[in-house]
Amino acid sequence: MAEEKTEAVEEKAAKKAAQAKKKERNPYVWPELPFKELMSAILVMALLIVWALWLDAPLGEIATPSRTENPAKAPWYFIGLQEILVYFDPWYSGVVMPSIIMVGLMAIPYLDTNPKGVGEYNFKSRKFIMINFLIGYFMWMFAIVVGQFMRGPSWLFFWPWEPWDDSGHHAEVVLKNIDNNISLIALGIYFALGFILPKLFKMKWAKNLDFMRYSIVVTLLLLMYMVPVKVVLRQIFHVRYLITTPWFNI
Amino acid sequence: MSEKKSFTEKIMATQIWKSIFRHDFKDTPANRGKMIRSNVFLHLHPLRIPKHAMKIRFTWCMGGITFFLFLVECITGILLMFYYHPVVEYAYMDMKYLQFDVPFGQILRNIHRWGAHLMVMTVMLHMLRVFLTGSYKPPREFNWVIGVLLLTLTLLMSFTGYLLPWDQLAYWAITVGTNMGAATPFIGVEGPFSLVDKFSDVRFVLLGGTTVGANALLRFYVAHVIAIPAVVFVGCAIHFWRIRKDGGISRPL
Repeated sequence: MAEEKTEAVEEKAAKKAAQAKKKERNPYVWPELPFKELMSAILVMALLIVWALWLDAPLGEIATPSRTENPAKAPWYFIGLQEILVYFDPWYSGVVMPSIIMVGLMAIPYLDTNPKGVGEYNFKSRKFIMINFLIGYFMWMFAIVVGQFMRGPSWLFFWPWEPWDDSGHHAEVVLKNIDNNISLIALGIYFALGFILPKLFKMKWAKNLDFMRYSIVVTLLLLMYMVPVKVVLRQIFHVRYLITTPWFNI
Repeated sequence: MSEKKSFTEKIMATQIWKSIFRHDFKDTPANRGKMIRSNVFLHLHPLRIPKHAMKIRFTWCMGGITFFLFLVECITGILLMFYYHPVVEYAYMDMKYLQFDVPFGQILRNIHRWGAHLMVMTVMLHMLRVFLTGSYKPPREFNWVIGVLLLTLTLLMSFTGYLLPWDQLAYWAITVGTNMGAATPFIGVEGPFSLVDKFSDVRFVLLGGTTVGANALLRFYVAHVIAIPAVVFVGCAIHFWRIRKDGGISRPL
């Protein structure tokens, strides 16, 4: 008798829960979402029309192959790569690095095995990847801003408010190359530390990755941080190349 | 006494109206479903969606805005095509023609140009949003890959369009850009371990020559107005379809 009663109670509770769940079903898309989409479209169109009325699309003189433009700037979204040209040769900054960036971006979902933080802005449970992705993202933006607003003729540095005339503050800097052997040792240490330290300090992200993923993640990140390293070497220590070979220089 | 029907009601009772719109517009749950299901454009949406997914705060609406801008670019681009000849003798003149002679020509070009810039920005922000919400995680990995490809294609669309005005700005920007192609390892003439001469390397494929000229203009034009947009259209279709197939918009577990 008592058993029957509890069973009945349980059944009732289950029914109630099911009903509550039904009530909690997702809301209909119509009309809220299409309305918001329409509003966004109208706002964007309005912004675009105001922008187009306010500013004319740039148009220079007719193209003249015999008259070189100085500076010849790439469109702004590629100017980051052009800015990196200061620090790396074209084969790397213009071809290999962008390819690595694209492939690296595509690889993110396969390298990030942390299941947390889906569908929410959750910084806490994804610290490592968040920090590194954001650093990369803002390095990209930073290179664009410098290239777009702070580079004048011959790609010399000018603050945005400075006139583009060389009044002598661009003293000719003699760049030097570092001896290959020293560079190779330094690079060896850089990569070795990059591989060993996360494991040594038992960082959480490193513990959760298998060997294959760990190697790819570390390699990609070390390559990414080579860019600011090279910027510092060039700007502060006037280093041109770390490695010189008859075929390519880095 | 017969009730007098309003004009609207009479229209809505005709066979023509009913053949186009399959249901009435009373705000009932059934009709809310039908609004989405019976419309080919709206049926990209599911009938129901988690509440958080409708919040601009969550999505920034950046994917939608990017697609909207793509459509704006298509429409303004088609209109511009009526006035533009992709040949060296005319290209720059057509810009001047648009500026001074074509009714609304300048604003048409302005919208196309600034819209393209805006689209590159929104696509970057869309990627940032998807990253920050962890929306690339399983089972949505492959849709992120398609997204990165679409980002690349957006950049290429913008880049190929950059040459078309045929002014100094365009000419030298594309010269700088395509010279990178010559620096490609193995298959660029100036790259490390080059295996090719300057008539068979990457830059030659891009330009149809060794320098930016008439062939380059034509190649960039064709890539800009049909080749890349066609791929982008297909890419978008897969991208949107997979959102649904990969479990809908991402949500907290």
